[in-house]
Amino acid sequence: MGPHSSPRHLDKTTLGFFLVQVLTGLSSAASLFLVAAGLSLIFGVTRVVNFAHGSFYMLGAYFGLTLVALFGDWFGRGHLSFWSAILCAALVVGAIGALVEMTILRRIYRSPELFQLVATFGVILVIQDLALWGWGPEDKLGPRAPDLRGAVFILGQPLPRYDLVLIAAGPVVLGLLWLLLNRTRFGILVRAATIDREMVGALGVNQAWLFTGVFFLGSFLAGLGGALQLPKGGADLLMDFTVLAGAFVVVVVGGMGSITGAFLAAVLIGQLQAWGVLLLPQSTLVMMFLVMAVVLVVRPFGLLGRPELVGHGRQMLDDPLRPTSWRFKGLVLLLVLGLAAAPLYLGTYGLVLLIDILILALFATALHAIIGPGGLVSFGHAAFFGGGAYAAALLVKYAGTPMALNLVLAPPAAALLAIVIGWFCVRLSGVYFAMLTLAFAQIVWSVVFQWGEVTGGDDGILGLWRAPWVRGRIAYYYLVLGCCVAGILALRHGLSSPFGYALRAGRDSPLRAEAIGIDVRRQQWAAFTLSGAFAGLAGGLYAYSKGSVFPNEMAIVRSFDGIIMVFFGGVQHLSGPLAGAAALTWLKDSLLRLEMWRLLLGLAVIAIVILFPQGIAGFLKQRFGRFVGIRSELSS
Amino acid sequence: MKPLLELAGVSAAYLGAKILFDLDLSLADGEVVALVGRNGAGKSTLIKTVMGIQVRRSGSIRYDGQDIVRLPAHAIARLGVGYVPEERRVFGDLTILENLEVGRQPPRQGAPVWTTEALFEIFPNLEELRHRPAGQTSGGEQQMLAIARTLMGNPRLVLLDEPSEGLAPVIVEQMAAAVGKLKSQGLSVLLSEQNLRFAGVVADRAYVIESGHIRFSGSMQGLIENADVRRAHLSV
Repeated sequence: MGPHSSPRHLDKTTLGFFLVQVLTGLSSAASLFLVAAGLSLIFGVTRVVNFAHGSFYMLGAYFGLTLVALFGDWFGRGHLSFWSAILCAALVVGAIGALVEMTILRRIYRSPELFQLVATFGVILVIQDLALWGWGPEDKLGPRAPDLRGAVFILGQPLPRYDLVLIAAGPVVLGLLWLLLNRTRFGILVRAATIDREMVGALGVNQAWLFTGVFFLGSFLAGLGGALQLPKGGADLLMDFTVLAGAFVVVVVGGMGSITGAFLAAVLIGQLQAWGVLLLPQSTLVMMFLVMAVVLVVRPFGLLGRPELVGHGRQMLDDPLRPTSWRFKGLVLLLVLGLAAAPLYLGTYGLVLLIDILILALFATALHAIIGPGGLVSFGHAAFFGGGAYAAALLVKYAGTPMALNLVLAPPAAALLAIVIGWFCVRLSGVYFAMLTLAFAQIVWSVVFQWGEVTGGDDGILGLWRAPWVRGRIAYYYLVLGCCVAGILALRHGLSSPFGYALRAGRDSPLRAEAIGIDVRRQQWAAFTLSGAFAGLAGGLYAYSKGSVFPNEMAIVRSFDGIIMVFFGGVQHLSGPLAGAAALTWLKDSLLRLEMWRLLLGLAVIAIVILFPQGIAGFLKQRFGRFVGIRSELSS
Repeated sequence: MKPLLELAGVSAAYLGAKILFDLDLSLADGEVVALVGRNGAGKSTLIKTVMGIQVRRSGSIRYDGQDIVRLPAHAIARLGVGYVPEERRVFGDLTILENLEVGRQPPRQGAPVWTTEALFEIFPNLEELRHRPAGQTSGGEQQMLAIARTLMGNPRLVLLDEPSEGLAPVIVEQMAAAVGKLKSQGLSVLLSEQNLRFAGVVADRAYVIESGHIRFSGSMQGLIENADVRRAHLSV
């Protein structure tokens, strides 16, 4: 296949080439497997999907870097020094994981899934800033392993010598894990707790220590994965999200809770990456997409997964929606009037902030529709927000269409994306849904990021000029206000209609909803699409507000903004997203001036998860709801 | 003699609904006490209340002189209270031996010490199956395993929730014999039972529960002879 192979040598060269390709795939599977195995173990016992798992992987790489250098100075640069540094890095990460479990997660095991995901996301933010602070912003080259430089030749084809270590690492760790889980008391307790943790407790086992132990083990594996890949990949600040999306795909394909499944899936994905890069560099992500599609259609719970492991998350209690009281309607009207008068009393800066808040409130309301009434936590809504923004930008760049048309077309474009992604995701629920949506959003982000010829890549797309009639800031503010108020009211109306009833019925009791003739999945798919469309509208408005689009609008962090707003606002309340948007914008605006704003935001988020399990709107409602006639039944 | 287990003014709620109201109950060391009552009367809830799982409870629950009402389930188990749930809840993917391993706790003063060999003597069926996943055994075998697994914790008091439910008559007889052996080893047993005949064979005393209240307490013999109580609270 290579351009230099002459016909005479074709056979041997081709064979060698194939072999090396397979081995390369196997070596790239190692880290993915280690991270996914840890994720799976932790989920099996604690039922928490640890979104910070990618961060532990990143920490493994950074600590590996530091310790290899340190041990090198102390003990020389021999085998023992290098490998014990790698192992120690993994142990340090394991200890950090145990610490996170003891200080944060232990308090929220009984909380709804959303809260747990939000808390682990807070941990991601904290670790990002700590890593930046500790190791600096620039990408680090990994150290070479002693005596493993250069390449071995297989039938004349070169294979980096270190790849042999990685190829061996996967099966070795799989074997050791098997021994641990089947031949030790700790392992037997872990397996028992994966099946029925309450019963394990009733038999006298202190679950707290079991959970901490599993968290240590899982984090250790992630750290080991990060440290082991150092000589090949080095360390950088983006690797947490990169590996997280990959690990989610592996876990979903392999089957949640199955270590062997994770191994098989990692090997499969590793092979795909090795061959995909070769055949069509841009196709790796598409192929990953296709594999996931095939597996999910044939085996919805993954290659070796089991259905009963899914859907253990606690449902959030939800007030029945009541017709809005007149007093509350009056309050909303007052708020809208106050917003309409904003240009009279706000300066330019305030108005810019308010435009952001309104757009984010629309985004949050759209996301809330699927999280609250839909009961599905989407961690990938940035794909639709960014999808709408990019749809408008691409139309400007390639078709030169006017603003009004682009804003009209942004929602359907985002909806189209939501239709495709939703088709896969609504097959699953609970944490699976969250993981899949995150993985898909990351795939969409990568396509935009990498496909520079079309999307401008990292440089984004500039030059989204507003139409003359809204060129001024105040005029655009009114356009945004109109669109957002209309959008939020439309969503609210939709959720109070039979469509919304059916959606909530499917969330609260899927079986009974099916029994009375509601196609739950179709209902969720439709809601997901609708939600995507409104997120797309928000994205389009945002693009024209800034005049440019960058891949950031699609990044995981943007999805997380949405989650945080919904969470701040309280999942149970339709009015929550607005409060959440205002809170987040205010928080970010005040924190962004500080150096470690991510760390502070992360800590704030974690604190709120632990202190205000009902969100801000829920808290306000419980406190002051009586005055506006929406007192909650649950709070009494 | 001081009771081993003593409940005073105990109430309990499950999923927000109040199930038990102001109950008093006591059990002496070495005694087998039956809780009888119709389906939904609150028998299982009472057992879970003692164990501290799935319920919100209030009142005073003293075990061996210590108030356990605020302790988590694992701490209560470690004091020597063994729990055999109604649904058995064996670990289906784990082999019989592994299931027993999960239940293993260090020996305890004042309680018989169990080994797998000793348990296989009481439940001979389990021995041949020891390497089989528990999920692939029959209901009767799972019930035996559930009891054996709890005994691995060397308890002084065993809470047996509906031990005869859904079992073939011949297995029910084996169960009754097993409970008799536990008693002869000096274990105390609190069991819930709908099957009055089973309770009559194994229990010394009985409490009748209805709608979360105790309606009768006395000797097992007394209950069997008291047709009025049986008609009012037990017959279906």
